[in-house]
Amino acid sequence: MTTPLRLVVQRHETLPTEHARPRVEISVRVPTDLDVVEEAVDLVARHCLASGVSPRAARFVVRVVLCEALANAILYGNCLDPSKAIDVRVRVDDDGLELLVTDQGKGFDPASLPDPTLDPALASDRGRGLYLIRQLVDEVRFNDRGNAICMIMHRA
Amino acid sequence: MSFTVRKDEASGVVVVGVDGQLIVGNRHDLKKKVLDAMESGDRKFVIDFAATGYIDSSGLGVLVSLAKKVREVGGDLRLAGLNEDLRSLFELTKLDTLFTLVDSVEEAVAAF
Repeated sequence: MTTPLRLVVQRHETLPTEHARPRVEISVRVPTDLDVVEEAVDLVARHCLASGVSPRAARFVVRVVLCEALANAILYGNCLDPSKAIDVRVRVDDDGLELLVTDQGKGFDPASLPDPTLDPALASDRGRGLYLIRQLVDEVRFNDRGNAICMIMHRA
Repeated sequence: MSFTVRKDEASGVVVVGVDGQLIVGNRHDLKKKVLDAMESGDRKFVIDFAATGYIDSSGLGVLVSLAKKVREVGGDLRLAGLNEDLRSLFELTKLDTLFTLVDSVEEAVAAF
């Protein structure tokens, strides 16, 4: 039985002359359990929408990229180890949206992955997660260890 | 989220509807439904995405895997009802070159 997800939302009000929107920070700790991914994604996406993220981004892009990052963290980062967890932190402000997903694994080298749109990878049933993330958001960063991915979407 | 399976008796096409998401947590359920139908002799499949919110790379991967298995036995697996967002996932990954993407289930069934 998995513990229910607990999401924390912080709103940082700023002066109206400085910024039109308050900065919102959302955080949730996700267990290493593939069955929880959909619920975690839905929870974060709904709060993103309520925090001013565009409906299309909240309905689709945030869901796809967060799902990818969580699946990678659970399968390849934490290697399905139930004693480990994943931290998701989201920041929404006037500049846009930042999604930070950190696992407790050893990390990996993102440059080591082949292009999944070229043969023979095109016919493979895996290896498209990070590629999709890079295609759907404006910027992707990793920490040095390679166990944290930051996905950034600039406000249009 | 769930999968619905119905067979168009006239054409012999099995239509699997994806209600919700096709992602890492439920991809094996879809795989089992299609493989069970193959075991029963079915060879023509349409996956209906008209009621689907989003698909992740695991979901795309299971479609690639199933299409390969179905084609190996002389059948085909086609995709229908993808909205603009879902279709973009296939275009970005170039998987639109591996699949027949059609607007509706009726169109997909008629094309077999």
